[in-house]
Formats: sequence, C-alpha cells, structure tokens
Amino acid sequence: MKVRLKIWRQENAKAKGAFVTYDFEEVSPEMSFLEMLDALNQKLIKKSDSPIAFDSDCREGICGSCGLYINGRPNGPEKGISTCQLSMRAFKDGDTIYVEPWRAKPFPVIKDLIVDRSAFDKILHAGGFISVNTGSAPDGNSILVPKEYSDLAFDSSVCIGCGACVAACKNASAMLFVAAKVSHLALLPQGRPEARERVKNMVMEMDRLGFGNCTNTGACEAECPKEINLTNIARLNREYFTAKVL
Amino acid sequence: MAILDAKIPEGSLAEKWTQYKNSVKLVNPANKKKLDIIVVGTGAAGSSAASALGELGYNVKVFCYQDSPRRAHAIASQGGINATKNYQNDGDSVYRLFYDMIKGGDFRAREANVYRAAEVSSQVIDHYTALGVPFARDYGGSLTNRSFGGVQVSRTFYAKGQTGQQCMLGSYSSLNRQISEGTVTMFSRREMLDLVLVDGKARGIITRNLITGELERHSAHAVVLASGGYGTIYYLSTLAIQSNGTAAWKAHLKGALFANPSFAQIHPTSIPQLNEYQSKLTLMSESLRNDGRIWVPKEKNDKRHPNDIPEEDRDYYLERRYPAYGNLVPRDVGSRAAKERCDAGYGVGPTGLAVYMDFRDAIKKQGDKTIEANYGNLFQLYDTITGINPYKEPMQIYPSAHYTMGGLWVDYNLMTNIPGLYAIGEANFADHGANRLGAASLMQCSGDGYFILPFTISDYMADQIKTPRIPVNLKEFDEAEENVRKRLEKLISINGTQTPTFFHKKLGKIMWDYCGMVRNEEGLKKAAELVKELKHEFWTDLKVPDNLNELNQEIEKAGRVSDFFDLAGLLITDALNRKESCGAHFREESQTPDGEAQRNDDEYLYVAAWEFKGEKIPHQLHKEKLKFEEVEVQVRSYK
Repeated sequence: MKVRLKIWRQENAKAKGAFVTYDFEEVSPEMSFLEMLDALNQKLIKKSDSPIAFDSDCREGICGSCGLYINGRPNGPEKGISTCQLSMRAFKDGDTIYVEPWRAKPFPVIKDLIVDRSAFDKILHAGGFISVNTGSAPDGNSILVPKEYSDLAFDSSVCIGCGACVAACKNASAMLFVAAKVSHLALLPQGRPEARERVKNMVMEMDRLGFGNCTNTGACEAECPKEINLTNIARLNREYFTAKVL
Repeated sequence: MAILDAKIPEGSLAEKWTQYKNSVKLVNPANKKKLDIIVVGTGAAGSSAASALGELGYNVKVFCYQDSPRRAHAIASQGGINATKNYQNDGDSVYRLFYDMIKGGDFRAREANVYRAAEVSSQVIDHYTALGVPFARDYGGSLTNRSFGGVQVSRTFYAKGQTGQQCMLGSYSSLNRQISEGTVTMFSRREMLDLVLVDGKARGIITRNLITGELERHSAHAVVLASGGYGTIYYLSTLAIQSNGTAAWKAHLKGALFANPSFAQIHPTSIPQLNEYQSKLTLMSESLRNDGRIWVPKEKNDKRHPNDIPEEDRDYYLERRYPAYGNLVPRDVGSRAAKERCDAGYGVGPTGLAVYMDFRDAIKKQGDKTIEANYGNLFQLYDTITGINPYKEPMQIYPSAHYTMGGLWVDYNLMTNIPGLYAIGEANFADHGANRLGAASLMQCSGDGYFILPFTISDYMADQIKTPRIPVNLKEFDEAEENVRKRLEKLISINGTQTPTFFHKKLGKIMWDYCGMVRNEEGLKKAAELVKELKHEFWTDLKVPDNLNELNQEIEKAGRVSDFFDLAGLLITDALNRKESCGAHFREESQTPDGEAQRNDDEYLYVAAWEFKGEKIPHQLHKEKLKFEEVEVQVRSYK
C-alpha cells in the first residue's frame, strides 16, 4: 500500500519547523508505524536526505520513549497503545497521515519528532518515591496490603511516562501523570508516611515547570496508552486537599 | 594465569559472604563525600547501584543514552523475580535457588557468586516492597508467588506480566530520591564511547552528548558498567532496539577480559517475525508456559486452522520428549525443541518458523477470568501485534535472541581485571553460567546493585581516600577523546552507499544462522569469514548522513554496529573454542545419541576469558577453572 506522509521537520530547538510531504509506496500492513518510518528513513539516507529523528527503544509499548501525534491524536487512531504498537493495518491505501511531535510548552522540541520530556523526571525528583534506604526494609510480608488496594496501586503504577496525556490536553496539563504516581504510592501503606509532603511538592513542581491546569476534559484518559483513568485525578485532588487543609 | 584470580573468600559456601562483609574495608562517611563513582546505565542494576551508593554518601554520576533513566530495558522484563522467601512453604531455600541456578546454568557458573546472588534475593524483595513495588498479593494481603522457568518450587514474585517495569520504576524512584538529595547527578542522552585509564586504573569515561554531539570528559575514582547485554548483535532480538555492547566492548579494548561471549540465550517464546522490516521480536513471557501447551501438527504441512486440528493429530512434543518437566523445560531445551520440529518441516504459520502455544485446555479448566487475571496484558499484547485473539485460537511462537550470559569477566568483588572498573547486572558474566534461569535476571541485577556492589566497592574505595578528585585535563583524557573523535570522523567520512541498519541486519542474520541456537565447526568458520567480509564492506561502503555536531541517530547506530562487528568475531572465536554443548551453547558435534546436549567436563569446566591483544592479533584465552565444592557436577536431564 502507499501513503502520503506529512511529517513535522525541525532542525533543532531554535529552528522554525514545517511539515514536509513524503509519498511512500513500500508500505505493508504488517509493518508497525515505526517500522514504516524506519523504512522511509532508509530511503531518505540513500538519497542523501536527512532521516527523520524520532525517539523509540523497546518497541513493545513499555519504555515510553516513543510517542507521536498522528492525525491529530497521540499515538494515532487506536486506543490503549503506544506509537510503537500501532500497526499499519490501522491505515488504508492512499491515506494521508500527519505526524507531529508532542506539542506542549514544557516539552520543547529537540529535533523533528523528538521532544524534551525531562520535566517529568523533575516532577518525580520532587517526591515520586518512598524514602527508604537500602538495607532498612522489613520483611516483605510484614506489610500486609489488602489485595484490592495493591491491585489499584498497580493500575496506577503502569504509567510509562510517555507524555501522551500532556500532549492530548488542550491545557498541556500533567495532572494524569502526577495523579498516577501520587495514587500508586498513596494507596499503599508504605507510601502513607510521606503522602502529604509528596503530593504538595509534586504539584508545586508541576506548576513551576509550566504545565497547565486541569479542566476535566478527560482527553488524557482517552489517549493514555495504559488507559490510566480519571479516578486518579480525583484521588490526587483529595490527597492534595487533605494535605493542604487538614 | 595469575591474571584470573577470582578472589573468592575462604570458608564454606554458606559463610563466605557473611565473612566477607565482616572483614571488608570500610570508608568513613566524611571520606565518602570526597570520592566519585561513575555508573554507566540505569537499568535494574545501574539505578539500584547508583541509588545505594548515593545513600552511602558517595558522589555518583550516572549516564544513560535514553532521555530518562526509567526507559532502560529492565522495564520490559515480564515474568518475575526470584527470591528464597519460602513463603509458599514448599521447601525452598537459599541452597535450592543456588542449586537451580547452577544446574540451569549447566555447571558453567561460579559457585560462590551464584550462592551470594541467591542469598541476597530475599533482601531485594523486601526492598522493592518497601519502595512500593506492587507485587501480586493474595486475598489475605500477603505476597504471592508462581513457579517459573522450569523449577519445582514457587519462588517467583511478580506484578502481572510487568514485573520488570515495576522493579525498574522502584529502582528509578530510589534513584530519583538520591538525585533530589544531590548525591547523584544524572546525565541522560549520553553515550559512553571510551573508558579512560590513568596509571592502569579506571578513572573516567568519554561520552557523546547525543543532543549536541559534543564529546565530554567525566572522571571518578571508580567506574561501574551496568550497560546491559549485547543480544542485539543478532539484530532481531527481544531487546530494545538501541541496546548495545559498546560500553562493555570499549572497556574490553582497554584491557578488561570478556568472558564466555558465545553464551547467548535464545528465548523459546517470542512472537515470530512477521515481515522483513521488522525491528524487534516481542517476548511472550515464559510464565505463559505454566498454562500454555506447546504443539505442532503430527503431519507435515498440515494447513488446517489450529482449532480444526483434533487432539489425536497434535504433537505436544515437549510433553512427549520431557514427561517430567513437559512445557516447563528450561529455555535452551524448549528453544531447540521448537527449532528441531520446524527444521523437520512441522512448523506452522506463514513462514513455517513457528509453533503453537495453546490455552484452550487452561481456559476450559480455569475459565477466561482466571487466565485474564494472570496473563491479561500478555494476551492483549499478542492481539495488538498479530491481530489474533489468543483466547480464541493458539498463539504462534518462535525462539529469539534474548539474554547474554557472557559479559565482562569479574571477580567476587564484581571488579573486572582493570582496577576500579566494575561490571554489574547483565554486563558481567558471573551468575548465569551457560544459561540463565527464568526470573533470575531482575534478581541478579538488583542484588548486584543494591546489596553486593555497595559492599565490595568499599574495599577498593578505602584505598582511594588519599587520591584527590581526578582532573579531566590529563593526557589520558586527551588521548581517549581524540581516539573517539577520530573513529566518529572515520565513520562519517566513508560516504558509501549503505546504511548502518543494512549492515546490522546482515550481521545479525549471519550470527543467527551460524552462531545462534545450534552451532557447528564448519558453520562457525564460515561465519567468521562472512563477518570479516561484511566488516570490510562496512568500513568501505557505509553511509552516515548529516553531521557529528548535532543530534544524529545514524552515527549512534554506526558506532554500535562497528563494535558489534568486532564482538561478533570474538563471539565466534569463543564458540569455536568450546567444542562441547552446554546450556544455551549447542555444538552439533557434541550430542548424545538421542539428540540431547553433551557436556565435556573433562576439557571445558572453565570460564573462557578473552584478552584483547591489539588489532589483527588473535585474542588470548585465559581459563578460570571452575571448582564445584558444594554441588556434584551432574548431567542435566529433564526427562
């Protein structure tokens, strides 16, 4: 099959970017979307053009490196997957496909489709951990955790830090990302001692880094490749309120 | 052979580590602040080492090529992490895990290191639990386990099929805490391109800033490599596509011995290759083998839909050949058995290079819900990639390159033969012998990082307290940086016609065909010639676009592939040298009459550690004889 690609090209952080059109005919439906870009890049290099820069690593939807805005949606048309899990089966012969980097002020473009997501790391530096030194942990079974809470914590902890939630949000809010980490740790007894400080510090850092506010549109939940739900944001708000007021 | 002193402490196996810890030299807290340590890599090994060393008060600098340390490939480990808790009361103990690892590794691992890995495994689980890793629990709230990787006890802790992700995020969180405390400085999007030795000691690294292309110098009193394995030498593997052997190889070129390079594990259950552009093979956790039954049709070229093939026309070949272990045989046995059936013409799928893994019976017995609770995300993953629903029809699976047991030679301290250079996690060779036991990788990486290295490095650091910070303007740094620059310039100036990926694919194919699951002398010699020819072609016809002083993903690939050519040569040399079948290394010349692997303990009961002597000079082999004091060396049988 063949597709017309309109891909965002931008030489570096300071350069002005633009869409460049590529007609690509050697596409097969078994390819993943990124393998299609790999194949296009091979062609570009051979023609002495600059290949398209994009991040990816594990190629199985777990490392969170990849993440492209495809036809106006993070990770393209299918739900619950990262970009590397998107197959060309999702497109038809003759389709035009727009490919852009994540767009958000706290995620500046580095080159082409690569953005700087270090703001996420910074939010976690502010409190995304339990302060326990190596060697001082009690026996694993001395902390009993109701299965229900443990499972809920797991559901929140599967966030891959890809940034699709921010990219999907018209306010570039990082609430779902922060909520997932706050929820994961707040739901576990091990995380309770620092829960108040943690939520205050992480929210403060999120605001300082320029992420927008949450207006409950739910775009983040709709586009999260791990389908982390809005309940997490409700929990984050409750944790934050309790920490600030009580 | 004085060069290979493994420095194993005296005493009985069970007492060695305790005695070592009691006698190791310590560094007082005030002095630790004055000592710098570089850690390369941020997976389960690197992140845990960096955070533990940071907690102790050392000044730690950590490097990764990804944009965030959280993305290291430990994140993709699926099935679990072993520990000797014996929470299931099924007779597990440190000794039994140790024994399973020694046996699983086909008696080619070092007893003392393996015993210690098993010994600290419980602490790893305690620590991860305290860090908030949501391991699976039962309804009473306590941690639960499953059996994994062909062992007869349930000692594997897990978090659905995402155990690696959860452990990785646990060690990443402890790393983040140290970053926020200022003990650890993080350098992401950096690739180590050389090791710097000063007076024969590891004193620093040269890195390339992957955004600006700038070469940077970093110095320290010790360097820890936690740079992972080199399974991507086969191009298609279960690894992340950027995983590479460069950091370890650069250390090797500076004198670090490379041990057992040909010991590469081929994982039995990954999704088969679907097209020629495929960039990686996705693993289906072998935990699936607890409930999935593996079969092929009894007739060759049976083109019926698998659901239409009745029971009597199915060959459950693992259950047939290995009645005691059935579908749970170790990875190497399972992989070879699949290859044997496919080579004999019984394979399924469009390429004939696949076998079925069927959940029909398990679903009938346990119900959809139970299967979903245990494997939901894996089934979904399979469906996403192949478009086939494994609740309705069997999965197709085939072996793929996965884990490299070989790596930098280290002694009991996890130090290489270069003073001050350590290798931990998959980057070293120490704990898995010729074949790694399932769920023993996260265990070893985290154990090395959190609970072993922090002690053993102290022994070396105690002698460094009088050494002031190492300046980066020494001539050794000048030379190393100049060499890196020259190599990069050479790569980009070839200006030929073929891309780095083109060569990587071709190299991978040679290695897979002749140095993969099954090897023989003729094939290996042919592979050596083919690699040599292809390497020549690489250095004369490579094309790398754009410039060095910018983000340039092709020069990154070119550098890694160039090192893979040299590593491939050594891998073949090592495979040729070992004229026995052991673990994952199956030499056709060395098999029993019924086609099982035949070890040769009289001649090959050693670790093959190779020394680089210079370009175009053959590597020198050093043998570390393996002494088994506690266990009796036996023939592995799973029948």
